[in-house]
Amino acid sequence: MTLPPGSLLELTPQGLYCRAAEAWIDPWRPVSRALITHAHADHARPGCGEYWAIGSSEMILRKRLGAAIKLNAVSYEEPLHIGAAQVSFHPAGHVLGSAQIRVEAGGESWLVSGDYKRCADPSCTPFKPVQADVFITEATFGLPIYRWQSGAEIAQQILEWWRSKADHSSILFAYAFGKAQRLLAELAAIGVSDEILLHGAVEALMPAYRSAGVSMPPTKALSMVNKGDSLAGRLIIAPPSAHRSVWMKRFKFPQTAFVSGWMAVRGARRRKGYERGFVMSDHADWPGLISSVKESKAQQVFVTHGNSDGLARYLKEVEGISAEPLNGDFS
Amino acid sequence: MHRFAALYNAFDTSSGNNAKVAALLKYLSESEPEDAAWALYVLLGKQGKRLITGRRLLQICVDQSQLPEWLLNDCYAQVGDSAETISLLWQQAGTCTRQPLHYWLEQLLPNAAKLKDQEQTAAVRQLWSGLNQAELLVANKLLTGGLRVGVGPGLVVRALAQLTELDEALLQHRLMGGFKATAANYIALVAPAITAESVPSRPYPFFLASPLEIKDPEIPLPNSPNSWLIEWKFDGIRAQLIHRANQVFLWSRGEELINNSFPDLVAAAANLADGLVLDGEILIWPTDAELPAPFALLQKRLGRKEPNRKLLAELPASYVVYDLLELNGHDIRSQPLCQRRNALEALMKSAATSCLRLSARLPLDRWEQLEPLRQKAETVAAEGVMLKNLESPYLTGRKRGYWWKHKRDPYNLDAVLIYAQAGSGRRANLFTDYTFGLWDAGGKLVSFAKAYSGLDDAEITNLDRWIRSHTTERFGPVRVVEPVQVFELAFEGLQRSTRHKSGIAVRFPRISRWRKDKIAKEADTLTTALALLT
Repeated sequence: MTLPPGSLLELTPQGLYCRAAEAWIDPWRPVSRALITHAHADHARPGCGEYWAIGSSEMILRKRLGAAIKLNAVSYEEPLHIGAAQVSFHPAGHVLGSAQIRVEAGGESWLVSGDYKRCADPSCTPFKPVQADVFITEATFGLPIYRWQSGAEIAQQILEWWRSKADHSSILFAYAFGKAQRLLAELAAIGVSDEILLHGAVEALMPAYRSAGVSMPPTKALSMVNKGDSLAGRLIIAPPSAHRSVWMKRFKFPQTAFVSGWMAVRGARRRKGYERGFVMSDHADWPGLISSVKESKAQQVFVTHGNSDGLARYLKEVEGISAEPLNGDFS
Repeated sequence: MHRFAALYNAFDTSSGNNAKVAALLKYLSESEPEDAAWALYVLLGKQGKRLITGRRLLQICVDQSQLPEWLLNDCYAQVGDSAETISLLWQQAGTCTRQPLHYWLEQLLPNAAKLKDQEQTAAVRQLWSGLNQAELLVANKLLTGGLRVGVGPGLVVRALAQLTELDEALLQHRLMGGFKATAANYIALVAPAITAESVPSRPYPFFLASPLEIKDPEIPLPNSPNSWLIEWKFDGIRAQLIHRANQVFLWSRGEELINNSFPDLVAAAANLADGLVLDGEILIWPTDAELPAPFALLQKRLGRKEPNRKLLAELPASYVVYDLLELNGHDIRSQPLCQRRNALEALMKSAATSCLRLSARLPLDRWEQLEPLRQKAETVAAEGVMLKNLESPYLTGRKRGYWWKHKRDPYNLDAVLIYAQAGSGRRANLFTDYTFGLWDAGGKLVSFAKAYSGLDDAEITNLDRWIRSHTTERFGPVRVVEPVQVFELAFEGLQRSTRHKSGIAVRFPRISRWRKDKIAKEADTLTTALALLT
């Protein structure tokens, strides 16, 4: 369904719109004022008049949307007055600088989760529950089969996998912004201090994380390694797009693995053709989604992304919470 | 059980065959014989009927998980495998029961399968309570009989050969004839080779032909046609007929003992000399008929465990012999085919009846005659020709270069996609099971064939997307789609059938190409299909 007309947030062709703030949250098309939950490309798009986002995402936003964008860098929990609305950004625990955005006006409050997760992540500020009358939540992993182990446990599995092949290189495929740096931080947290090699796309995001003070092992761009040098025993992190691309030619019989929440299901892993899958996600798992909805104390919940129909139905029928899927270009 | 689950996991996460063989070798060398026997039994795909259905297991899971049934179904649709779905949903880890594999397969699992309703629910939950996620997956797969993990008989035999330093062919032979999972059988399997190994019932591993792909029609195969034995390829059941120790054993290619289904053949074989093993094809072929009957009639015989007299008279079986593997108790598989054939011809001179026929040697002087011969196959109720190198020994498995099958071209029809259903496993959550229709006289589409294979991954993805956005109706998991997409289907034959709405059953249907150039109205009609009836 769409949002009721006249409510604090409305759904317009450009995306979620707050009339009181004269602003869109993560708009799909260029608008005059955009409030950005985080810097992933499907949430932060170019061409807007001005942007509001958490300060630690500024470097990445400028890199992706243009150095000259007009950007208001804000802090978590900072009370903001935009137009006639009170707006605040709260930690979402998704990636560096990710936020839930709360808007309040005319005695009504709404919370937009953006993407979020509940388990600990040493590369970004942890999720903080926030209350509002209406909660718009994502549901990327909105099925009870998705339950995450901690990042430390997965890092340990990855370490064992990596160490088991000293005579070959080990390539981990992970999303270049967020997942790759979380992996590095999780590995550092369990004591890894070896130098790790990075694909160019991952390397490009490192300055933002380094300057935010995230503790990670030493890293080097793979392109800085001399052509003839052995890569045996080295761990390389690359984006999934590099899998089976010409970039792979450099490696002789590497072992490969994909790090993603989708790897929880064997069929998904086999379909993608990865030998090994490590189940680590930057999205909330099923228990995380349910508890976040409950903690928001919202009277009304709208669900976007992924299994929105299923999560909304579950909230309604089992938890007795008024919930509806929200249709739109959420991707 | 935990060790077997670890083995499964090692198979599942290793890419290379060498790593898989090494993992199995390690498992076998560390196992008691009864566990090793069961592991082989399962890996060789010998587990027969499922103990409990996946549906029932999901049911047992749903009551405890406090999830609504529709949500469990959504989970299943995402995962595409009930055993795995449960392993992801079941959250209660209890006290670990470290029972060995054979105890699970001989006691725990069959006992749980025998129970009913509430008792079964309680028993299965009890089993689950002691397992972690990986073990749960394996235990459930053993219950549902669906444990496949990319380790085929070839790799199993390779690991056994490394373990025992025995010849792979010998191990393959020892595994033939319905390997049962007992410690004694495993010990016998890995025992050192002795000179005269003889178990009367044990068949030899079958030697298989490869499809012939002709690059140069003038010289389809090396040397002249004279160095090849050319025979019709009949569409029956490949079987090995053994007469040893005054007993007859008839083994199908799937290593099923099918004596009971074919008492007429067994009786006929009892008249043969002892110490004899034949390779041939079972067909329905009445005494006075010039040609064998179509495969569908043979299926009627195969379906009966013990055919009555009436059926035996109506559908008499015949065994067309094409090779001789053992004569006077001597294994002659290493002799060249020309010698085995001579011995076979000599044998059949006195032994041939309408029940035991010698496969005819087809004359071929020049390679140009091969294509007309293949085209003629249909007229003698054959599905093509076989070409066997006269110098070839009788090997095991599919070894290219010696035996070739050259089937006639498949039939083709253009049909319209009308229903789609999601696949399972690797194809979970993707619409990959398709039903196709042909136009009837009234201008309606009648479903006539299902096909699952023939499209590449990119086509599957595109078609999946199209199906999702062009669904007109849903019946449970089945989607009715707009009748727009036309596909060329290839199949081996057509039969009349009362079980299908169209009145036709097709054999081995598969998609040969996506006819994006055709509109639905240009697809074929039932009348065209009926004209192909053989």
